[in-house]
Amino acid sequence: MTIHATDHAILDTARRQVLDQGIGLAEEQLVDVLSLPDDALPAALDLAHQVRLKHCGEDVEVEGIVSIKTGGCPEDCHFCSQSGLFDSPVRGVWLDIPELVKAAKETAATGATEFCIVAAVRGPDIKLMNQVRFAINRIRQEVDINIACSLGMLTQEQVDQLAGWGVHRYNHNLETARSFFPQVVTTHTYEERLATCAMVKDAGMELCCGALIGMGETLGQRAELAAQLAALDPHEVPLNFLNPRPGTPLEHQEIMDGKDALRAIVAFRLAMPRTVLRYAGGRELALGDLGTREGLLGGINAVIVGNYLTTLGRPATADLNLLVELNMPIKELQKTL
Amino acid sequence: MTTSRTGAARGARGTYCGHCGGPCVPWTDGGGNADDGGTAAPSPAHRQCLSSLQWEPPRFCVQCGRRLKVQVTPLGWRAECSRHGPTTAP
Repeated sequence: MTIHATDHAILDTARRQVLDQGIGLAEEQLVDVLSLPDDALPAALDLAHQVRLKHCGEDVEVEGIVSIKTGGCPEDCHFCSQSGLFDSPVRGVWLDIPELVKAAKETAATGATEFCIVAAVRGPDIKLMNQVRFAINRIRQEVDINIACSLGMLTQEQVDQLAGWGVHRYNHNLETARSFFPQVVTTHTYEERLATCAMVKDAGMELCCGALIGMGETLGQRAELAAQLAALDPHEVPLNFLNPRPGTPLEHQEIMDGKDALRAIVAFRLAMPRTVLRYAGGRELALGDLGTREGLLGGINAVIVGNYLTTLGRPATADLNLLVELNMPIKELQKTL
Repeated sequence: MTTSRTGAARGARGTYCGHCGGPCVPWTDGGGNADDGGTAAPSPAHRQCLSSLQWEPPRFCVQCGRRLKVQVTPLGWRAECSRHGPTTAP
């Protein structure tokens, strides 16, 4: 599709600024993108796809995630069914190391190059760090896959330990805009999240720092979040869409409109032209099959394959077949020479 | 159309709903089709639950209504009732 100068000024600006020069859009420009009318959406998606191809390449990065410690979290993130402070049906459970290795093997067999070990905690204690260390060693012995972790807020010592164990990427999401954060989380601050992100980057690990949209934030706050993520310059941004969970304060929030979700994908790509932008939780509800395809042709260049931490995703084969159909190669495992 | 996961949907069938834990009382749809707790359509009160279970594993035992311990993995899930034992994704 050709983008015409008569479409919308912000798309012309984005073509010059983002596509040609590789400079992400600023917050106020992102508001314009998020406010585009439906008839401009195909052109916006096409532009975001061109940006992704030019600045990231054609590969799609595939990842599997698994929860090593589910439920019983002391934090009150209002979207999360794993908080021990809400009346959620999710019970606490630990995954043992043989099962974790099995999950890593299954993930690798899909062609995924990333395997992320996740725990529902404020931050890891000695027991969890020890479990993670053993898990990493065992996975390394048996599976050829990059290992990432998401264990909440870290101390400098823990950051150094994880880097030393060869964790190449650490996930710690901002989740939402600074101005909206206090309405979503009250048990820790935005600054605490930023502090962990900064330590991860300083230690040389890749930072995976994501967003959860559709929690009732305004378009301005959605743009604010994209700009705040861009300022962090993470290696990867997983883009989640709220899946309202029973028992949480956001259980009655409406599922996000699919076109708004696609506009958000475009905006995040145009804010961060070189970042890995990953489809994460909730896309099945917000976008369905058609929207999933449109997003992959609209700026997304990574997917979480299969299930999430407490909910189910599209069958892995559905996503993998879609990548084949779209002629998008799966990123190969990079080896250090 | 959405590619659905039907694996967990069977968790809605039984004496109790696998999604919300509420009782699945016997009912008929007026045409003589009864909810037999396993093979018929769910009672009207749990139709939304059945829909939800396309995208999540069961959280309650369909035999006794107890909350399950559930582990989701990238390609499956496993649930365990303290009274009735484990269930896995088909």
